[in-house]
Amino acid sequence: MHKILFQILRTGIKTEQPPQANPEYRTPDAQQLHEKILDCLGRALVIRHVDAGSCNGCELEIHALNTPQYNIEGLGIKFAASPRHADMLLVTGPVSRHMEEALKRTYDAMPEPKLVVAVGDCGCNGGIFGESYATCGRVANIIPVDVAVPGCPPTPTQLLQGIVTAVGKA
Amino acid sequence: MNIKNFPVKLTAISGAMPAWHGTVSAQNLHSVCAKIKEDGGHLVALWGTDERQNKGGFALHLALASHPGLICLTLPITESAPEYPAPEYPAIDDLFPVATRMQRALYDLLGIRAQGSSDQRPWLRHDAWPDDVFPLRKDVDGKAGYPAGRDNYPFVQVTGNGVHEIAVGPVHAGIIEPGHFRFSVVGERVLRLEERLGYTHKGIEKLAESMSITEATKLAGRVSGDSTVAYAWAYAMAVEGIANCTPPSRALWLRALLLERERIANHLGDLGYLGNDVALAFGFSQFWSLKEEWLRTQQRLFGHRYLMDCIIPGGVRGDVDTAGIASLLEEADMLEQQVKKLQDIYHEHAGVQDRFLSTGRVTPALAAQLGLSGLAGRASAQAWDLRAQYPTAPYNQLEVHMATQRNGDVAARVTVRFDEIYESLRLIRLILARLPDGETLQEIPPLPDNSFSIGWVEGWRGEVLIALHTGAGGTIHRLHPHDPSWQNWPLLEHAIIGNIVPDFPLINKSFNLSYSGQDL
Repeated sequence: MHKILFQILRTGIKTEQPPQANPEYRTPDAQQLHEKILDCLGRALVIRHVDAGSCNGCELEIHALNTPQYNIEGLGIKFAASPRHADMLLVTGPVSRHMEEALKRTYDAMPEPKLVVAVGDCGCNGGIFGESYATCGRVANIIPVDVAVPGCPPTPTQLLQGIVTAVGKA
Repeated sequence: MNIKNFPVKLTAISGAMPAWHGTVSAQNLHSVCAKIKEDGGHLVALWGTDERQNKGGFALHLALASHPGLICLTLPITESAPEYPAPEYPAIDDLFPVATRMQRALYDLLGIRAQGSSDQRPWLRHDAWPDDVFPLRKDVDGKAGYPAGRDNYPFVQVTGNGVHEIAVGPVHAGIIEPGHFRFSVVGERVLRLEERLGYTHKGIEKLAESMSITEATKLAGRVSGDSTVAYAWAYAMAVEGIANCTPPSRALWLRALLLERERIANHLGDLGYLGNDVALAFGFSQFWSLKEEWLRTQQRLFGHRYLMDCIIPGGVRGDVDTAGIASLLEEADMLEQQVKKLQDIYHEHAGVQDRFLSTGRVTPALAAQLGLSGLAGRASAQAWDLRAQYPTAPYNQLEVHMATQRNGDVAARVTVRFDEIYESLRLIRLILARLPDGETLQEIPPLPDNSFSIGWVEGWRGEVLIALHTGAGGTIHRLHPHDPSWQNWPLLEHAIIGNIVPDFPLINKSFNLSYSGQDL
């Protein structure tokens, strides 16, 4: 036990300031992040993630949001296991035809009001995979999308900016 | 086994890896495969091609690892007579159980059937295209969509007193790729797990056939995002094999640097999650903090956090200067120190060890019988590591020490990850110390018509294979990427038997297999 405590002490606090606003995402000042979430969602934003067919690159960056550096839970945002508990759906991938139904059902299972953030080049426009016998292309082809965050994959900072942008629109 | 005395005539395949090609008939396919198996070989990949516009009919292709190297076999298949439903080849899943799903996928995509296999259910096809459409056939338009059909997959039912089913997925509780798991349980104990995958099928192989060699480089790097370096290298190796050229020495050394960095990044992430899954959130924070710094270095020095698109046919994009090398060396020392401390903590933590030890066990005998490979294979005494067995430059100058364990449980897969981090750090130091001078990229000449080569790279998860066939004008006739997850998913079904349901996430994570890589 003492080794764990020493390691925690030695590591110190790694958490960084939340990202500055990105005009492209029409994000309000990063300082307003807490206020916005407080106003709109009573301090807690709950996200449900669905991989609708990604290469798993975007998932790596979503995981990274939970690192001490980004400390997404410290900002009052957490990931939920059920869409019924979620305010926001974070969708990665071009939507494969085999995931189309599951994505629609997940979206339908969420309570209103709900937000959708499409993640990555594939989520935004189908990316390299496009539309084919196997994929439906961008997320907006299947469910309404509030914010689309480009990148292959988008960095955790860009993801955080996208999430904040979506909350700003709510 | 001797290549000269092999039952069929073999010719060397041009490329970095020791590989040979031979043609077999439906009569001797089985005996040739049996010979390779007897000699301790295993099946790496199975795919097919539509040759109706060239030599006629179809062809089945197999890549088998044997002690001298990779043996690629082609079986020409004539088009079926109208009274038969599909062209056929003799099934090989009795010899190599891992072939079962590959045979099923081959039928879904190309419409050639494994005759004699007991499992003829669809694998990659759910409801997105009709059962009489085979997307990889040349006369099928890959861009055309079909109205959704009815998906009614016949899962194997387990019956008995007190047996009930737990259905999980395709959307999982965490931040994970989609797949369906059907557990049959009695109380907490798992009697049987049946996986169903194919949810992320994106039509990668068909898409590749519409791309140029350059465009497909980017696609190869996105078969499974967490293994982008391994796939990009395998693809580049296949292209360079067909072009019969070798990239500059410095490029090859830089590729190994990137591959070892990718291995470390993934191992750090897994070790963090394995701690998290046994309720040691401290482990997650520590390992993922280290991983994040590691990724930032990659962004700073190589321009991408996951090193996507750094490796291209002909060499690598970018280079490292003296200052970059110094910072990489310093980072390696720091990481080693930190990982050792954390390993010590994991090792001494009674709760962690209690959950890791004897959980999700795959015995060496079962691993050998069913063909477990890569990292998980090495944790069950399957001593295969391409970097050690068939070392291409620069591994032929680095003497890679393969990490193996015999226990085959979660703890063994954790130990292999720790050992591989230390070994990769040692390799990184050697690479940086001995990095040759010179160019990092050379031009690839236009590829010849109707050629074939392979790329075969030990990614962090296991053997990544790219098979590339060129057609007229040196274009892509067929590109087949093969992820080691094909080999290991079936073993996960065995690893969980007799364990309790709440240990499934832990066991699953200890394998950490790719969905996208096998769904294609």
